[in-house]
Amino acid sequence: MISAHLPALQVVVPLLAAPVCLLLRNRHAAWLLAALVTWATFIIALGLLAQVADRGTISYAIGDWAPPWGIEYRVDLFGALVLVIVSGIGSLVMPFARINVEREIPAERIYLFYVMYLLCLTGLLGIAITGDAFNLFVFLEISSLSSYVLISLGHDRRALTAALRYLIMGTLGATFYVIGIGLLYMVTGTLNMADLAQRVPDLLHLRTVEAALAFLIVGISLKLALFPLHLWLPNAYAFAPTTVTIFLAATATKVSVYVIIRIIYTVYGGAPIFREGILNEALMGLGMLSMVAAGLVAIYQSNVKRLLAYSSVSQIGYMVLGLSFGSVIGLAAGIVHLFNHAIMKAALFMALGCATQQVRAVSFDDLAGLGRQMPVTMGALVVGALSLIGLPLTVGFVTKWYLIQAALQDGAWLAVIVILASGLFAVVYTWRIVEAAYFRPLPEDREEVREAPLGMLIPLVILAGACVVFGIGATWPMDLALAAAESLIGARP
Amino acid sequence: MKHKAVLRVSSKLLMPPIMLFALYVQFHGDFGPGGGFQAGVIFASAFILYALLFGVNQARRVAPAGVIRTTLALGVLLYAGTGVVGLLLGGNYLNYSVLAHDQVHGQHLGILIIEFGVGMTVASAMITIFFIFAGRGRDERGE
Repeated sequence: MISAHLPALQVVVPLLAAPVCLLLRNRHAAWLLAALVTWATFIIALGLLAQVADRGTISYAIGDWAPPWGIEYRVDLFGALVLVIVSGIGSLVMPFARINVEREIPAERIYLFYVMYLLCLTGLLGIAITGDAFNLFVFLEISSLSSYVLISLGHDRRALTAALRYLIMGTLGATFYVIGIGLLYMVTGTLNMADLAQRVPDLLHLRTVEAALAFLIVGISLKLALFPLHLWLPNAYAFAPTTVTIFLAATATKVSVYVIIRIIYTVYGGAPIFREGILNEALMGLGMLSMVAAGLVAIYQSNVKRLLAYSSVSQIGYMVLGLSFGSVIGLAAGIVHLFNHAIMKAALFMALGCATQQVRAVSFDDLAGLGRQMPVTMGALVVGALSLIGLPLTVGFVTKWYLIQAALQDGAWLAVIVILASGLFAVVYTWRIVEAAYFRPLPEDREEVREAPLGMLIPLVILAGACVVFGIGATWPMDLALAAAESLIGARP
Repeated sequence: MKHKAVLRVSSKLLMPPIMLFALYVQFHGDFGPGGGFQAGVIFASAFILYALLFGVNQARRVAPAGVIRTTLALGVLLYAGTGVVGLLLGGNYLNYSVLAHDQVHGQHLGILIIEFGVGMTVASAMITIFFIFAGRGRDERGE
C-alpha cells in the first residue's frame, strides 16, 4: 500500500518534519530528525527510481482529483534521477552538517537552521516531482525563500547582502516564471505539464506562447545562474555557511536545469522550437560564454570558496550547452552532468569545509602545506579537481566525452574548442589550490593541524570515491541519462 | 498612551469584533469569500492594533514568542497531517472524502480543518513579523 503513495511521501515527510523541528527547539534532536528524514527521502527516491525503471512513468493524483484538473505528481526517469541526486546529496551532507553547523552557526539558531534546511529540501524535491506548472512555482518559492535564509545565516556579515541580492534576483526570476505560466494558462487554459505538452506545440505560432517561452527561459536562467544572470551566485556561495554551500551548489542549480529541460522538452515539445527560433543558438552561445567567462574569472579569485563558485557557473554552461544541441546524446550529456557535477562539486566544497573546520579561513595562504597535515581531505580535493578538469577515470571525463560527441555530431566546432579550452581553465584554477596545498611550505606560525573529524571525512570520502567509481564504470548514470533523454525527445518527434 | 482614553477604550471595544470577524471569514470561507489567509491576517491585525496602542512589550506578554512559534508550527502540521490522515484512511494524499462517513461531509470537514491550519500559521507569521520589525532597536535603547 505504501509503495503506491511514495510520490506524496517524498515531499510530505520533510514538509511534516520541518514544523516538528521547530517545536523540538533542541539542536541535537533537530539534527537527528533532519538526518533521519533526509535518509528516508533518499530511500523513497530510490524506491521511486526502481518503480519507474520497472513500470514506466508514475502519476499520482493529489487528493484523488484526476489530472489535468487536480494537481498531479508525475515521476519519470529524469525526475526520479533528480530526486535521487537531491536526496542523496542531502543524506551525505547531514553527517557533515552536525559538526560543521556547530562551529559556524550560533547554538540557539541551529534548530532553526534545520527547519530551513528541511523546507529547502521539500521545495527542491517538490520541483522535481510535480507535474503541475503552477505547483512547481510554489515549490520553487519554498526552496528559494528557505535558501535565502540559509545563506544569510553565514557568520560573515557580507552573507546578509549576498542573501539580499539573491533574494532580489531570485524573486525576479520567480516572477518571470509565473508570468510565463500565466501567459500559457491564458492561451491553453491548463496548468498540467502533460496537458500543456499536448496543446502548446500546435500553438507555437502564437506571439503569446512565444512570449511565455521567453519569460520562462529568462526566469529560470536567473535561478540557474546562467551567464550573464549569474551575479548573485558567487557571493551567495562564498559567504553562506559551508554546509549550505555544499547542499545548494550540488542541488539548487541542478534542479533549475531540470526545470529548464522540462519546459523546453516536455512543455514546448523540444525539437520544433529549436528548428524555428533562435532559442538553441541563444542557449548554446550563453552556455559557451558561461564556460569561458566564469572559467576566466575563477582563475583570478583569491578566496577559494568564490573560486569554486565561479567554477560552478562555468560548469552550468556545460549542462546548458548539452541541452541546446537538441539531440539525444547532447541532452544525455547535460543530464549526466547534473549527476556528475553534483558529486564533484559537493566533494570539492566538502573538502574545503573540512579544511576550514581545522584552519578557519579560506584564502590560499591558509591552505599552504595542508597536503601533508590533512592528507585525506586534500586527496579528496585533488580527486574533485581532476573531475572538474575532466581527466579520464573521473566523472568529468564522461561528461566531456559525450558532450564533444554531441558537438561533433552537430558540426559545432566552436563548441568543441570551447569545451577543451574551459578544461584548460579548470586546470589553471584547480592547480592553484593543489599548488598551495602540496608545494608551498608550511607557514612558520601554523599550529599543529589535525585531520578533520571522522563524521566529516566519511561523507567526503564517499563523494570522492563516487567521482572515481562512476568515472571508471560510468554505465549506471549514463544509461539512465540516455534513457531519460530518449523519453524526453522521443515523446514528440 | 495613558492619557489617550478615547483611543484606548475604542480599540478595546474594536478588538473582540475584529477577532470575531476573522473567525467568521475563516469558517464561512467555503460559502462566501474568505478563507484561512484572509482570516489569519484579520486575526493578526487585532494583535497589531493592541501592540500599536499599548506597546510591543505589553503585546508580547499577551502573545509570547514561544506560544506564537508553537501555533506557527501547529498550523502547518494540521494541514500536512490532515493530508496524511486521508492517506491512512485509504485515499490519496489530501483526499478529504474519506474523512467522514459520506463524501460531501468529508470534503467539508477536510477543507475546514485545512483552512484552520492555514489561518493559524498566517496569523502567527503576521504577528511574528510585526513584533520583529517593531521590536528592532528597542533592546539597544533599553526600552
